[in-house]
Amino acid sequence: MEPQEIAEKIKERFPDEVIDITSFRDQVSVIAKKERIVDICRYLHDDPHLHFDFLVDLCGVDYLDKKVPRFEVVYNLYSIKYRHRIRLKAQVPEDNPRIDTVTSMWAGANWHERECFDMYGIVFRGHPDLRRILMPEDWEGYPLRKDYPVKGPEKEWPGFQEVLDKAKAFREFEWKK
Amino acid sequence: MEEISRNQPPSDIRIAPELHTREITLNMGPQHPATHGVLRLVLELDGETIVKCTPYVGYLHRGTEKLGENRTYLSALPLTDRLDYVSSMNNNIGYVVAVERLLGIEPPERAKFIRTMVAEMGRISNHLLWLGTHALDIGAITPFLYVFRERERIMDLFEELCGARLTVSYPRIGGVRNDVSQKFLDDLYAFTEEFPGRIDEYETLLTVNRIWLRRTKGVGVIPAEEAINWGLTGPVLRGSGVRYDIRKFAPYDAYDKVEFEIPIGYNGDVYDRYMVRIIEMGQANRIIRQCIEKLPKGPITIDSPFTLPPKGSLSRRDKERFNKDYYSRHFVLAKSGPKEAPQGEIYVATEVPKGELGFYFISDGTGRPYRMRIRAPSFVHASALPRLCEGGLVADVISNIGSIDIVLGECDR
Repeated sequence: MEPQEIAEKIKERFPDEVIDITSFRDQVSVIAKKERIVDICRYLHDDPHLHFDFLVDLCGVDYLDKKVPRFEVVYNLYSIKYRHRIRLKAQVPEDNPRIDTVTSMWAGANWHERECFDMYGIVFRGHPDLRRILMPEDWEGYPLRKDYPVKGPEKEWPGFQEVLDKAKAFREFEWKK
Repeated sequence: MEEISRNQPPSDIRIAPELHTREITLNMGPQHPATHGVLRLVLELDGETIVKCTPYVGYLHRGTEKLGENRTYLSALPLTDRLDYVSSMNNNIGYVVAVERLLGIEPPERAKFIRTMVAEMGRISNHLLWLGTHALDIGAITPFLYVFRERERIMDLFEELCGARLTVSYPRIGGVRNDVSQKFLDDLYAFTEEFPGRIDEYETLLTVNRIWLRRTKGVGVIPAEEAINWGLTGPVLRGSGVRYDIRKFAPYDAYDKVEFEIPIGYNGDVYDRYMVRIIEMGQANRIIRQCIEKLPKGPITIDSPFTLPPKGSLSRRDKERFNKDYYSRHFVLAKSGPKEAPQGEIYVATEVPKGELGFYFISDGTGRPYRMRIRAPSFVHASALPRLCEGGLVADVISNIGSIDIVLGECDR
């Protein structure tokens, strides 16, 4: 099925949810509200003519000062059976960065959602194991947000200081004679 | 033999009441030779059986996505080498194909064939390293020595081609860095003539080896539907019997002009993944041969503000003028790049040896990507590790890690 056709189908089914449909180089994105994102995903996953069984990618985007609401969660979907793809984008506001998890449909979403939480601070409700994944557990801030400095935070991560102290202690260790 | 149920001793063994069994937690990694990098697994064991497996990643996180957002399209290319450092050529090609599609430019035919050729060389070198280390983990040391003989030849060929062995940065947006020499093509062709015999050598060591079969058959089984659901790609997905290869389904570069077959597994176990990769090496060899035979003549880069003119392409007369021009253009390009790019967003996937490597770009019209997302196959494969390991034995964890072929540089980005 052509991506434009799929987008029209989603709009027909969820007229109140779909905000916009954009297209660039034959790839179509459907921008939707976040409230019923699980229903939309379930429809895409279960409908026999769409059959999006493969969640290629899930990531967050930060549109600081560019768009309101600030965040978007992007789902890149593909159907191995019919070989068509669609991109679904859910808008997530800054003051309430929460969205429902899609791990019940695609098990592969588990780590992608954890990474999205780690990098953007978007909380996935109902996620089985929502922890930081790439950054240390006690890291402060969300690195991929646009207001996070590229050079890293001013304050050094406490874990790093721990390592330095340990190395210093080992250097000063004196062997018994 | 009667199956012994968990936590309940068989009736004929009397255990003293003060003795009881308990589950233990075993920490594997992050510095373990069989985890192929810095992967840490926390295993909860009931005897030899794994009850729960929790992978911890992120030890190699360098913030490639964040760095990419602050660099121009041209200068972000070397970052992609450092993702999957054992097949950097394929990562570079994945990146440049994605940027080309975003910018709406098409490389010349000769560059496409060269890229396809070097990508398959990268695939062979990656699979050789995988085969050596995977067999070494399981306990077969001999294949490791054999595969490094061939891998060294590919590394030498890469060195001859572009001066670098590991982090090549050879492809460019809109073409390749430099043209291939006749000597390179001759050496490569000689290699492709020998290589099928070498694959047979590896196979005699492993394919029907009884120990190998016992260690890999029926281990880490994942059925097709579940593999799709977990988002697995590449040889792991094909090992489960799903015919999905981006080189066939959405051809990029010259893959639609060469003939090759996609090997498919049947059981979805470690052995099938091994067989898929072994056959893939032969097919990659076939693609290289076809590329050398069909290599068309012509330019290797297009004239675009995003590409540099190749060094050897001008007549001697223009050289002096060109040299000055070349270096000033090079400097400006590398430093600030073109100020404009089309506005839009695009997801482009390529088939790297590990699976599907996708780049998702959001461009806001400036010369830098607003968002550069890397969909790394190793990350997704590592996430499926608990599914493969749980319920199995401790020794099979090693086979499973080897069979999904992860590189932690790509996993942590």
